[in-house]
Amino acid sequence: MRRLALVVLAVFAATYAFAQTADKRRSGYADMDASVQKMQDDDTANPAMLWVQEGEALWGKPVGSANLACADCHTPARLGGMAGVAARYPAWSPALGRAIDLEGRLQLCRTLHQKGPALADESRELLALTAFVARQSRGQPVASPDDRRLDATLRSGETLYKRRQGQLNLSCAQCHDDNAGQKLAAVTIPQAHPTAYPLYRLEWQALGSLKRRLRNCLIGVRAEPYPYSAPEYVALELYLAKRAQGMKVEAPGVRP
Amino acid sequence: MRAWPLLAVALLACPVPSHADEELRSFLIVGDAIPDTLTGKPGDAARGRTVVATRQQGLCLLCHSGPFPEERFQGNLAPSLAGAGGRWSEAQLRLRLVDAQRLNPDTIMPPYYKVSGLQRVAPAFAGKTLLSAEQIEDVVAYLATLKD
Ligand code: HEC
Ligand code: HEC
Ligand code: HEC
Repeated sequence: MRRLALVVLAVFAATYAFAQTADKRRSGYADMDASVQKMQDDDTANPAMLWVQEGEALWGKPVGSANLACADCHTPARLGGMAGVAARYPAWSPALGRAIDLEGRLQLCRTLHQKGPALADESRELLALTAFVARQSRGQPVASPDDRRLDATLRSGETLYKRRQGQLNLSCAQCHDDNAGQKLAAVTIPQAHPTAYPLYRLEWQALGSLKRRLRNCLIGVRAEPYPYSAPEYVALELYLAKRAQGMKVEAPGVRP
Repeated sequence: MRAWPLLAVALLACPVPSHADEELRSFLIVGDAIPDTLTGKPGDAARGRTVVATRQQGLCLLCHSGPFPEERFQGNLAPSLAGAGGRWSEAQLRLRLVDAQRLNPDTIMPPYYKVSGLQRVAPAFAGKTLLSAEQIEDVVAYLATLKD
């Protein structure tokens, strides 16, 4: 009996170790210069922390005709904190009957609960609040929900990811799966993990959302970027989250 | 470092050379090649080199490397262009440029002279080929000089 248990344990340990070494996934972080990595790791050097601080201030500010702050409802005693929340998005919204990403979730609280106007896409306020919420999942594993209601969205995300598009006629998969690690001119093609978003991009000189990053890639292949409100982004974001399941959340990250 | 997105921005910001006003020339594919020039006359190798080496025009060096000492950043997603003219005939190079997917359905090399069958092309580029028929011939003429 004891021996069997040991064997089982050994087999389990071996499989586990194998699974660990077989995991070829790597964050874009791993391809960055040490100086940029340090910027991401050090809160006092990470420019994204400015947005996090702004988000924290907004979190406590009453808004809308309900005159409620996020902090009024999201107390540890009532709805719990935000730790681990960003790691689960995109998720299903029963209120809307569709998948939403973290920004969509925040907008829902804005309109439904605070009864205020939705924030503009990619606005400083929306990015700041998203960064503040996402920061609280830093270090946690991506935990995309196992929810049957998301299946159709996930499938459409995978289809979009594998579809050639634009004048250059390239799919996301052709760069990020088939050629990750290779050089596109001077740039190492990353595996496209969404773990660090929203992030500060040195090229943007600003914080930007995952959608903004996806738009950059679409523009790069000379495809028409979807409008910010398009369900295609949520579908792609969900597919990327599933691919990154279990990887560490780095938000808010830094990229060149 | 950031050549790729910068490139995208540059491409959108510059007036895009319009290849739309020109009708797509018809051509005949024979085996793995297009034997006749698209323009009825041979291209200019010197102009072709400029198209290839200027990343905003040809985009070739995003993926390829080649004999371009002045270009610091060259890709490694594709074979070096050095020796291409020794490995392939002009007719083969022409089809490769016009529509590489005819040679390899999974290729990442963009179709340089094709407008149909593409999805969600940005309005600024819709209906336009990546290179004009003249540029295709110039690039073919240049590649043909790369014997080794
Ligand atoms: C009036 C109360 C109220 C206010 C104010 C409010 N929320 Fe919410 N929030 C909720 C409730 C209730 C839920 C649970 C889902 C639901 O019923 O909509 C929720 C859910 C969330 C979630 C998803 C949590 C999860 O586990 O999936 C996030 C993120 C969130 N809120 C962020 C915010 C932010 C940011 C603000 C301020 C801009 C805010 N909320 C303001 C009530 C509120
Ligand atoms: C031609 C190749 C190419 C295609 C096609 C492409 N990308 Fe990218 N993508 C890149 C490169 C290169 C970068 C890194 C850019 C940089 O660092 O300057 C990148 C970055 C990303 C990142 C950010 C990763 C990080 O660590 O921050 C994500 C996510 C991403 N791409 C998703 C996509 C999706 C989804 C698609 C399809 C809609 C797509 N890409 C299409 C080349 C491509
Ligand atoms: C997005 C990447 C990409 C771009 C841009 C690109 N190519 Fe290619 N090219 C490839 C790949 C990959 C191959 C290898 C064969 C294949 O997969 O189809 C190739 C093959 C070739 C070959 C045959 C190479 C050999 O000797 O076997 C030639 C010649 C060539 N390309 C020329 C060009 C020229 C000229 C341009 C610019 C006008 C260009 N390519 C742009 C990816 C690219």
